[in-house]
Amino acid sequence: MSIATVDKPTADGPPRRAITNQRNASDKRFRAVVTAGAMFAFVVLALIASFLLFRGFEVFKEFGFGFLTSSTWDSGTGESLEGASFGVAAMLVGSVIVALMAMILALPFVIGTSLFLEYYIGKKLRAVLVSILDLMAAIPSIIYGLWGYLVLMPYAAGWAETINKYFGWIPIFKVDVENFDASPFISALVLGLMIIPIASSVTREVYSRAPQDQISAAYALGGSRWGALKAVVLPFGRSGLIGGMLLGLGRALGETVAVLLTLNLVFEVKFQVLASAGGNVASLIASRIGEAGPSEIKALMAAGLVLFTLTLLVNFGASIIVSRTSKVAQ
Amino acid sequence: MSDTSTSSIMQEVQPRKPWVNRGQSVRDMVRPTVLAGVVASVVVLVTGLAGPLGFYFAFVLAFIVVSFIDGMRHDKVKAIDKVMTTLVTAGFATAFIPWASILFTVFKRGASAIYFGYFTHDMAYTAGDDELGMGGLSHALVGSLLILLMASVIAIPFGIVTALYITEVKGKLSGLVRVIVQSMSGVPSIVAGLFVYAVVVSRYSFSGFAGAISLAILMLPTVARTSEEVLKLVPEDLRSSAYALGASQMATTFRIVLPTARSGLITASMLGLARVAGETAPLILTAYYSAVYSLKVTGQPLASLPMYIFQNFSTGTDTALTRAWGGAAVLLSFIFILFIIARLAGRGSRK
Repeated sequence: MSIATVDKPTADGPPRRAITNQRNASDKRFRAVVTAGAMFAFVVLALIASFLLFRGFEVFKEFGFGFLTSSTWDSGTGESLEGASFGVAAMLVGSVIVALMAMILALPFVIGTSLFLEYYIGKKLRAVLVSILDLMAAIPSIIYGLWGYLVLMPYAAGWAETINKYFGWIPIFKVDVENFDASPFISALVLGLMIIPIASSVTREVYSRAPQDQISAAYALGGSRWGALKAVVLPFGRSGLIGGMLLGLGRALGETVAVLLTLNLVFEVKFQVLASAGGNVASLIASRIGEAGPSEIKALMAAGLVLFTLTLLVNFGASIIVSRTSKVAQ
Repeated sequence: MSDTSTSSIMQEVQPRKPWVNRGQSVRDMVRPTVLAGVVASVVVLVTGLAGPLGFYFAFVLAFIVVSFIDGMRHDKVKAIDKVMTTLVTAGFATAFIPWASILFTVFKRGASAIYFGYFTHDMAYTAGDDELGMGGLSHALVGSLLILLMASVIAIPFGIVTALYITEVKGKLSGLVRVIVQSMSGVPSIVAGLFVYAVVVSRYSFSGFAGAISLAILMLPTVARTSEEVLKLVPEDLRSSAYALGASQMATTFRIVLPTARSGLITASMLGLARVAGETAPLILTAYYSAVYSLKVTGQPLASLPMYIFQNFSTGTDTALTRAWGGAAVLLSFIFILFIIARLAGRGSRK
């Protein structure tokens, strides 16, 4: 009974498997199933686009480009598109104004938060604060809206009044009627607050990948902390910041309830951001769908498609910019 | 003997780190803080700025000036550095004020709506503006749980399979799938709702099931992306070892990779749930709202926590708004619990 005999393959043992680089049948099936499952996301995205196009098609055919340039919203008889007139210009412009304002308001805080978390505090405190920030990103938009309407608005209307008093000569800060409630400004404050955690988590990530040797070199040359940040981190992280802000912009453009609760929808293209009148595509859909007749539902589907396309483009741009940065960093 | 003496010497000759300022920074902060506080108080007393917010604003402005002057005793570089430190810190701290206010308001005002029966009653016999202490949100809580359960059943398997495709199968379309998932995470929630409205609701009726589909669409990208991150953390050695022992890819995936990543996948699922638990916009178009406790998920509207808040907000009277805050407190607690589970599961995976 030597060891060598045990190692030797015997005739009545299990048959040797052929050595092959082919996958066996069950693996092929497994891979096919997983591949099919992964296509689910693709199918859903295609279905969303095609269904909205299918249901909104008549509206585009009827009004053509006018759907994007007109801002009347009149369902006529309610049954057919004859005599009705639909256009999302006011809503679209309103969406863009509110989202852009939210970005401008959020930008300094995104930079501040990202730099503070990455370069001004220690590791332990950072871990705690980052998880708090994640938690803030998870607060539902309806709670932001509720707070924005009931708590923030009394303050914010006062701020708007002050801005109007001193800067009213600038066209966008002018108001025709002295009502500062439910203005694009207030919606933008709420949205800005919502996108700070989203944008800063991306920005912080990119800032943290700034080359440490260059930062050390800046210190070694006698630079202050701000000197090092300005010379190394900010230029390095610029595209990360842009990507993060675009991600926030996509979120802000598509946000519904927070805007629905804090903005007074008016079907008129307006650029007076402090006045109690604005537009928003997403809120339009949510507020009208309950009482819409067949023709108006088609128009809302078309509006949904416009919103879908817009956010898709913005998000696409954001992901390209962010992925390009991470490639450079690696 | 010699060992201990060496180690004690080693401790003695530990290099000192003069660039790490212990306590120095704290002591440096005291004077400017006191000074800025005094200046801010004077400003609040003299000018139109008022209230805690006014004080905070004045304090930040005063701090900037004080830190500049303090830095100028050194040189301009130091002064600018100090001013920027103040600005960055203020940028962070200012963002925290509204969040603190949200949490404070939700739980303070919500507390007055919550009583023992709040979790056992529905709103079938109670109007939104009836006095507090009647009715509750059992219907909304159960409805939310049902909708989220159905959404998870759809989104979690597909999310994990999508991640498996990228990390295990490594198919030709991995890049494309990643881009698609990325784009899907940018789909506005109202558009997901509108899609389900067009496909399901306009043919049948508002239902909890329709709501679940719309939430599943929003949940899938979060689950897929987080799962992908988690599966990437499974060491390649484990896979190679499994293959070397003759395991097929299917066996490797199901018996090695997925069990290894289990707690991480739980985290992914919880984050996905937390992402959609508070979604309101798609539910306006799909599940809608009913004031009555029900377990029926098809053929009729189903209540949910976000819609409970939304309905009470729309009613708009004082008691209804208090109910809305109560719903917000319950919803927020629910989401925080999901987050804590995700965090605990994530901690398990790191060990």
